[in-house]
Amino acid sequence: MQTIIPSKRRSFSLKQREEIDFYLAIGLWLIGFILFTGGPILASLLFSFTDWTGVNISKAKWVGLANFHQLLFDDKLFWIATRNTFYYSFGSVIFGTLGAFIIALLLNQKLPGSTLLRVIYYLPSIASGVAISILWLWLFNPQSGLINYTLSLVGIKGPMWLGSQQWALPALVLKSLWGIGANMVILLAGLQGIPVPLYEAARIDGASKWSEFRNITVPMLSPVLFFVLVISTIASFQIFTDVRVMTQGGPGTATYVIVYFIYQTAFEYLKMGYSSALAWLLFLIIFILTLLQLWGSRRWVYYESGERT
Amino acid sequence: MRQTLTSDVRVTKDSGYTIPWHQRRKTRQTIQALIVYALLLPGAIIFLFPLVWMLSTAVKPENQIFLFPPKWIPEPILWSNFWDGWNKFLPFNLFLRNTLIITVNNIFGNLVSSCLAAYGFARLRARGKNIFFMLVLGTMLLPNEVTIIPQYVLFSLLKWNDSWLPLMVPPWFGWPFFIFLLRQFFMNIPHELDEAARLDGASSWRILWNIILPLSKPAIASVVIFAFIGNWNNFLAPLIYIRSLDRQVLAVGLNMFRGQYGQTNFGYMMAVALLVLMPVLIVFFVGQRVFIQGIATSGLKG
Repeated sequence: MQTIIPSKRRSFSLKQREEIDFYLAIGLWLIGFILFTGGPILASLLFSFTDWTGVNISKAKWVGLANFHQLLFDDKLFWIATRNTFYYSFGSVIFGTLGAFIIALLLNQKLPGSTLLRVIYYLPSIASGVAISILWLWLFNPQSGLINYTLSLVGIKGPMWLGSQQWALPALVLKSLWGIGANMVILLAGLQGIPVPLYEAARIDGASKWSEFRNITVPMLSPVLFFVLVISTIASFQIFTDVRVMTQGGPGTATYVIVYFIYQTAFEYLKMGYSSALAWLLFLIIFILTLLQLWGSRRWVYYESGERT
Repeated sequence: MRQTLTSDVRVTKDSGYTIPWHQRRKTRQTIQALIVYALLLPGAIIFLFPLVWMLSTAVKPENQIFLFPPKWIPEPILWSNFWDGWNKFLPFNLFLRNTLIITVNNIFGNLVSSCLAAYGFARLRARGKNIFFMLVLGTMLLPNEVTIIPQYVLFSLLKWNDSWLPLMVPPWFGWPFFIFLLRQFFMNIPHELDEAARLDGASSWRILWNIILPLSKPAIASVVIFAFIGNWNNFLAPLIYIRSLDRQVLAVGLNMFRGQYGQTNFGYMMAVALLVLMPVLIVFFVGQRVFIQGIATSGLKG
C-alpha cells in the first residue's frame, strides 16, 4: 500500500476527499483492468482482423473479416470443436445442476452426520487441476481402471472410455459431475435462506410436500438456480486442463474443444490472428448464451419484489 | 392432508385417542431420515472412492497395479513410491519451491489489491462508481481466452517470457471474483462504525485497516483459500509462459511426468499426484467451514 495518505488539507471537502480515496482504492484494479483486460480485449479484436502468424507483428496484414469467414465456412475443425463444446456443456451443466439440486435438497435437513456428508460431496470440487485429471485418466483405464472394474461387478463390460470416439466426451462429462459440490453448496445456502414461516403457513393451509416444493422451494430458490446455471455454463465452455492432460483432443477429434483449439492455434502454430478471431467467437457464443438464459429466466425466475420480472 | 395436520398438533395429550405408530411424528421423521441416508450414502461412497483408489494405487508395487480384480490393500504396501516418484524422474523439489514462491506472492497480491478495490466499491461514495463496478462484474463473465493472446503478446514485448513475471505481476492488480466476494462482505458491516470514526477525523485508510479488515476475517480467509487453490492448480499460464525446466511449476511438471513416463507407471504417477494434491486437501480440511461459507455467500445477493 504505497498510496499517499492525504493529510488534513483544508482545500478538500470531506466529500471530495472520499472521492479521491475511492479512486486511490480502486487504482490498482483500474490500472490492471486497462493493462491486462480492457487493452487486451481491444488488441485481440484488432488481431482478429489480421493474418498475423509467428512472433513478429510487423509482418501482419489487415485481412478484414477473412479469419471469421474461414472459421465459419471453411474450417471443419471449428464446427467439430463447437459441437463438442456444446455437447460437453449441455451434459455437464444439466446433469451437474440437477444433481447438485437433488443433493442439496436431501442435505437440507437436520440429520446427524449431515455436515460430514456435505464435506464429502464438496471435497472433490476443490480438488481440481492436473493431479485430478491424471487420477481420472487412471480411473477410466479400460483394462484395470476402477470404473470398468465396478461395471464388471454388475456384469457390464465397460467401454474403452477415453480411447473410444464414442465414449471419450461422455467420459469428460462424467468426470465433471464429480465436481458438483461447489454448486451444491451454493444451492444449499439458497435453500437455507428461504424463510421458514412460508412453509409453516403452507402446512397450516394443508399443502402437500409436493406442492410446498413446487410453490415455495422452486420459486424461492430460482434466482440462485439461475446464478448456478449461468456460472456453470460459462465455466463449462472453458474446459481445457482435462482435455490437455487426458485426451489432447482425441481420439481423432472426439474431444477437440474450442479452448484447446485456441491454445493449439495460438501457442503451437503461432497463428495469433486466426486464434484471436476464434477467441472472439467463443466470447460471442458465451455472451449470446448468457443473454438467452437471462431472457429465458423471465419465465421461471422469481424475484421477491412480488412479480415475475 | 388432514392427517398431516392432526399428527402435527398433538391430540394425544388430552383426548384418549392414540395415533397409530406409523403416523407419529417421530416415526415419520425416522423413516424420512432413513430414506435420505439410503439415497445419500451410496453417492458419498462414489464421491470418495476415486481418492481411496488413488491412495491404493500410489502404494502398489508395479506388478500389482494391473491385477484384475484389483487389490485394494497391496502386499507389501510400498510407501517408497512417494519418495521414488518424487525424486527419481523430474526435479519435483524444484517445482515445489517455484510453485510455493509464486503462490505466496499471488495470494498477497490478490489480497491487497482486491481488499482495496472492494473497500472502494463497498464503502466510499464517488461519482461513476457503478460504472466501474459493472466493469468488475463484466470481467467476471469474460472468458480468459479472449485476453490471453494479447496478454502473451504484451508480456513478450516486455521480454517477460520464460520468467515468473507474467504469473506474479497481474495478481497485484485485483481479481474480479475476489473484489466481488469481499465487497459483498464489506457492504454488510454497519455503517455507523466508520461514520463515527470519520467524524473523529480518521482517514479512509485508517478505517479500512482498523475497522473493516478486522471485522472481515472470514471473507479474507476464504479469499486466501480460494487464491491458494487457484494458484496452486494454475496450469494454462505456466504452460504458455515458462519454457525452462528449472523455472517450471508443479502442475505443468506433473503433466510432463505423465507425458514422459506415460501409461505404465500409474503407481508413481498416483503417488506424485497425491503429493501435489496434499496441500490443497490439508488447506481444505483446515479451512473447510470458512470456505464453504465463502462460496455460499458469493452465490447469493447478486
